Amino acid sequence: MNKTVNQKAWFLVLPVLVLVAFSAVIPLMTVVNYSVQDTFGQNVFFWNGIMWFEEMLNSERMWNALGRQVVFSAIILAIEVPLGVFVALNMPKKGFWASFCLVVMSLPLLIPWNVVGTIWQIFGRVDIGLLGYTLDAIGIDYNYTQGFFAAWTTVIVMDVWHWTSLVALLAYAGLQSIPDAYYQAAKIDQASRWAVFRYIELPKMMGVLMIAILLRFMDSFMIYTEPFVVTGGGPGNATTFLSIDLVKMALGQFDLGPAAAFSLMYFLVILAISWVFYTVMVNLDKREGR
Amino acid sequence: MSDTTSAPGAAGIPGDVSAARNTARTARRFRPSGSAVVMALYLLFLMLPIYWLINMSLKTNTEILGTFSLWPRNLTFENYATILTDASWYMGYVNSLIYVVMNTAISLAVALPAAYAFSRYSFVGDKHLFFWLLTNRMAPPAVFALPFFQLYSSVGLFDTHIAVALAHCLFNVPLAVWILEGFMRGVPREIDETAYIDGYSFGRFFVKIFMPLIASGIGVAAFFCFMFSWVELLLSRTLTSVDAKPIAATMTRTVGAAGIDWGVLAAAGVLTIIPGALVIYFVRNYIAKGFALGRV
Repeated sequence: MNKTVNQKAWFLVLPVLVLVAFSAVIPLMTVVNYSVQDTFGQNVFFWNGIMWFEEMLNSERMWNALGRQVVFSAIILAIEVPLGVFVALNMPKKGFWASFCLVVMSLPLLIPWNVVGTIWQIFGRVDIGLLGYTLDAIGIDYNYTQGFFAAWTTVIVMDVWHWTSLVALLAYAGLQSIPDAYYQAAKIDQASRWAVFRYIELPKMMGVLMIAILLRFMDSFMIYTEPFVVTGGGPGNATTFLSIDLVKMALGQFDLGPAAAFSLMYFLVILAISWVFYTVMVNLDKREGR
Repeated sequence: MSDTTSAPGAAGIPGDVSAARNTARTARRFRPSGSAVVMALYLLFLMLPIYWLINMSLKTNTEILGTFSLWPRNLTFENYATILTDASWYMGYVNSLIYVVMNTAISLAVALPAAYAFSRYSFVGDKHLFFWLLTNRMAPPAVFALPFFQLYSSVGLFDTHIAVALAHCLFNVPLAVWILEGFMRGVPREIDETAYIDGYSFGRFFVKIFMPLIASGIGVAAFFCFMFSWVELLLSRTLTSVDAKPIAATMTRTVGAAGIDWGVLAAAGVLTIIPGALVIYFVRNYIAKGFALGRV
């Protein structure tokens, strides 16, 4: 769309700018401040240069947390995106059942994150949980507070439960925007189900799917509450993801300098990867002529 | 059911002479009953943990720990009564609702003009500004928890509802701007121009003509602000201690000396699901568009 050039539009953006500056720029500058200073207490700070950054870059703890985080996000995306698309393809197109599916599928998205954790805690416990009890009864050694594998599986299944619907909803919206004429043409060409998916549905879904991947990547990379409630980062450090580690460091041990340096690098990683997704997304938008 | 779940676009093609011949084959190829089975399994997977939570909330603690049963044997509403009669419990809900509503109002108020500017005009730095706004949606709350705590303590806002409402603006304002911008793009510019020719001032045009046009967009944006503020815990817990403590943080109280009070915990969980379940019905047809930031 052709937009008029109008510098006065800045005045309309100003309230947002002021508000976000207050709630984002000031706190972020505080973090920058801490990351280059050290203290012996009594609020006396002195310049420390990039020492904390060096320390964090050499710290095994951060690399381990980052490694776990990357593995977690990769597994999440690898499961949720195909599953979400698959669910969307099987959803009813209209009528009562379509609304019904939409409402039920949206439900997990609206549950406070710590309640999601609580639900899975109750669901997975060996003594009182349906899942834990059943697995135990059929002879599978399952205990998410002690077993490394069980803890990971629980956290991943929980996230799949929580967020697959988001991908499905977006993919569904993308599918809905395909005109019937496309399918009729495919039918005349005797296209197989796979061909219909590959050459009609997938390209049309690409835009929304990119948004889904972007959102899922960002949110899974920032995950804190759900695993914290279920496993508390354990057993050991098995499910200590970046945010959990950061909060432990900043609010638990009050290591402000290293925590701040950690924060900034963490933020930069998310920013860099998201920028790539964003660029791809904007280019897709342009290609569709919007 | 089998008809609505059949091949996408297969139903209702007027004048399709091959329809009759194709019906049998399409049915086999796309297996409509298969879709129903897939959906049933998926919905079951979604509902099972929620069912278990509800099940737990209707049991006594002795029954929860003593016997394993798929449904409550001694139905009790005592857990709910505990929450709804104890001020320290139900004030959690009130606190949460207060800051969520405040946040939604603030976010929409500032996002509306900004989204209009982004959708209608180009100005110096607009693209950079837009991406910068998005970066705030990407900022991990964990990064901001400590600085927020210090910032709001130093201006004397710690443990107030407005502090949490402002903190949640960090991710809700960018989101609202994005969603509204997407909806506003769909309104033809000619409407703006006609209104100006008719002598409307900007303010009057915006409130009287433009806002009713994007009413559904405003509704969706409000819903998403409500939702993300409602589900967030890390910031709201860090910024409050007593007076504005959200329900999500109150739930940690159930862990006492005698172990965890599972029944009350489950009941509190069920009660946090209800507001979302209520509002979701109204936006069900727009929810995907909202998640797509208005870009479907």
